[in-house]
Amino acid sequence: MDTDTALAAGLARDLDGAFEGLVLAHQDRLYSIARRFIGDAHDAEEVAQDALVRAYRAMAGYDPERIRALRLRPWLATIVLNLCRNRVSRRRSGAPRPLSLDLDQDGASLPEPVADPTAGPASAFDRREAAERWASLVGQLPPAYRAAIVLRHVDGLSYPDVARALGKPEGTVKAQVHRGLALLRSAHEAAERIEREEMMSA
Amino acid sequence: MTTNHVEASDLTVALADLAVAAPPGLAGRVLAEVGLADHYARIDSPIGPLFVAWNGRGVSSVVSAAGGASTFEADHRARTGRPATATTSLPPRLARAIARRLGGDRRARVPLDLRGHTDFEQDVWRAALQIPRGEVRPYGWVAAEIGRPKAVRAVGTALGHNPVPLIVPCHRVVRTDGMLGQYSLGGAENKRRILAAEGADPDALEGAARRGERLSGSRTTRIFCWPSCRHARRVLPQYQVRFRSFRDAEAAGYRPCRVCRPVSVAA
Repeated sequence: MDTDTALAAGLARDLDGAFEGLVLAHQDRLYSIARRFIGDAHDAEEVAQDALVRAYRAMAGYDPERIRALRLRPWLATIVLNLCRNRVSRRRSGAPRPLSLDLDQDGASLPEPVADPTAGPASAFDRREAAERWASLVGQLPPAYRAAIVLRHVDGLSYPDVARALGKPEGTVKAQVHRGLALLRSAHEAAERIEREEMMSA
Repeated sequence: MTTNHVEASDLTVALADLAVAAPPGLAGRVLAEVGLADHYARIDSPIGPLFVAWNGRGVSSVVSAAGGASTFEADHRARTGRPATATTSLPPRLARAIARRLGGDRRARVPLDLRGHTDFEQDVWRAALQIPRGEVRPYGWVAAEIGRPKAVRAVGTALGHNPVPLIVPCHRVVRTDGMLGQYSLGGAENKRRILAAEGADPDALEGAARRGERLSGSRTTRIFCWPSCRHARRVLPQYQVRFRSFRDAEAAGYRPCRVCRPVSVAA
């Protein structure tokens, strides 16, 4: 019995008694999903908090068998992503433009250059800086790719669980992850090329 | 020129690095919001500083702050099974609603968390909420209001267990003989002080009780009320008439006020 199965069984027996365990076990990953999907730290905190509150209220209305059968990781991911999408669509006017597939034709919209996280001995600072740059690139992915990438590679969900969380066939989410990774890679490389060109012309 | 390709494995490592820890306090706020943990803060009142505890469901406790924070936290956990975490102030909306309610505005909605209490207790407290600021009703009135006219003693016990005194105004419920009686939040003297702060006159109320004046009527309208009813207090002295009992008032040809709903209560 894995941790989540045991947790779901505990929640089914005694929701109030076991819920703190769910919060402690899942708050970091729900915050990470929200943070990498929306970008803004404050919004992400509110969304993660709201997701956990909604999870509690939903379970309070379920009978024990339904709670026991929950697959908590994808179920909670669905809740937090839905809240993220609602918040993003409320603020769409101010959102940055998503990465386009034909990056080379529109150099002006390219994201900030990203340091290669594999180059040289990475100090804590470099690592943090690299993470910020990658986070910015992820934030500019089209929402469907972003959701799949965040669940698969930031949260580490299995493909079947990503498919469950997004309510899509596994083949679809695999394709979205692959397209998303390809976009990230080319955006990264384009940014590096610009950085190099600027250095040479300086 | 060679392109510095990002290998798939490096990219996935970089993405896994984007996982971050939730901000401190998030778990506590979630638990408070769903009612599994409480916050508390100090507020001032006519009877000194109070601790008010609340969670996402509503206010769960009002007690004197005189006992100190650690005693309060231990008592709160013993009573509710939940931790109470000190904060500097109430949420502004809740603070405003409580201030309006204590100021006599019965429309101000103060959500209450009364989980763990019996239906009978909650019925009693709901009835007490109907008593306007600065007015009092006997225990027997509350018993009649909730349809349990014989449960006068149980009403007294339920009022003594009120976890949110002041917000649920159990201080407005008095003995059947009209004397003010006991009070769970710091004793009889506090009951007098709260009623005085609400504009009632505790000495006058008890003076009338000692003279056996349980009900107050108007010779012009031939309606009788509890003495502190706002309609009774509006009657000019020359038209006032006092009754010792509901039966006396009816025998004199008076009818009960529809606002304060006087009932026959055994002394």
